[in-house]
Amino acid sequence: MSNSQLIGQAPKSIGREVGKFLRAGVALSAALISLGGFAYLAHNGQTVLNYHRFLGVPAEVKSIPQIFRGVFHGSALAIIQCGILVLIAMPITRVLLSVAAFALERDWLYVVISGLVLTVLVYSLLWHVA
Amino acid sequence: MHSLRFGMYGDDVNQLEISCLLGVASFLAGFLGALSGLGGGVVIVPLLVLAFGVDIHYAMGASLVAVIATSSGAAAAFVREGLSNIRIGMFLEIAATLGAILGAVLASSTPTRLLAIVFGIVLLYSSGMSIRHKKPVAQNAPPDRVAELLHLNGTVCVDGRPVSYQTQRAPLGFGLMFGAGTLSGLLGIGSGAVKVLAMDEAMRIPFKVSTATSNFMIGVTAAASAGVFLSKGYIHPALAMPVTLGALAGSVLGAHFLSRAKVKTVRIIFAMVIAALGIEMIYNAFSGRLS
Repeated sequence: MSNSQLIGQAPKSIGREVGKFLRAGVALSAALISLGGFAYLAHNGQTVLNYHRFLGVPAEVKSIPQIFRGVFHGSALAIIQCGILVLIAMPITRVLLSVAAFALERDWLYVVISGLVLTVLVYSLLWHVA
Repeated sequence: MHSLRFGMYGDDVNQLEISCLLGVASFLAGFLGALSGLGGGVVIVPLLVLAFGVDIHYAMGASLVAVIATSSGAAAAFVREGLSNIRIGMFLEIAATLGAILGAVLASSTPTRLLAIVFGIVLLYSSGMSIRHKKPVAQNAPPDRVAELLHLNGTVCVDGRPVSYQTQRAPLGFGLMFGAGTLSGLLGIGSGAVKVLAMDEAMRIPFKVSTATSNFMIGVTAAASAGVFLSKGYIHPALAMPVTLGALAGSVLGAHFLSRAKVKTVRIIFAMVIAALGIEMIYNAFSGRLS
């Protein structure tokens, strides 16, 4: 029971680094979304488009390889979607960092548990690519 | 009821105008969500569907992205304080992420009307949860074997001194979290209200810890549905752009004012808004306006 006092809380210094990293990631994502948004509205601001009916989205913003290809071709929508990908990557990276932190603590039970969560997350993000 | 529907815009509103309107509305949702501690995510879908006439699947996609943004933004503040219990969060995330994938897969085969009704119920429930009386957690029950096995007990600082807590009924919390994940994926929300129910009521985790841990979990759960939403075309970048930026800015500003505001008043007002939106969603589903 002696170590139960420490169990659960991540060391403060690691927490601070993770917090900084998350904020930087969110800022990068917001910058990409804004950039793509300005480019999109500059060209399509006068377009009339409502979202009343579900019609899916253009192929260039539907999967990770297509999004990267779209960014390469300078597609505004793909740049926004790339910012959204960065955002989705934040919680996943956080889980990845936790796997590493538990490994450093030699807490193998939680390396397995957070590894399972990571597997589910990566599977969900990549299942349609395969 | 139809006076709420101020913006069933016709065919003459262009992208620039609609983006500005969506940005302002999402900003308000994020601001009130952060200020009240309820999260803005749960009102974004009804806002888009009822006020802007957006298809519910597009609305769910935009909302899910906004949820990840506000959760990651706020998570930075919470982790610094070291309040969240990462072990509890990770253990429960196994259930929540699997549920989220199930929910996201179910979302496309669920009729819009049924989605709207489930959404309405979740809104009413969230509203009720947010104004309930919070009792201090009783710590007299025998320790839970599963919680001990998984090292789910911890300590939390109360008035400057560490107080240890025993996590209880871990399997029940795990099961509830699968349900929370399913709702998250089905509706494109963070389902914080169900997560807090699982941790507060079932597992008897102190409120400070459960709130911070739930915030950490919301982003991870939402990320699990995001891949499915992306491939199904629910995440329309032109729609998600103003919603995400607005909600993120609103939540950052809301969290900034958190310490100074009369949180209780904001909470009650926001809870009433959420309940009204819930009733409106259910009403619209039954009257056939959403189909």
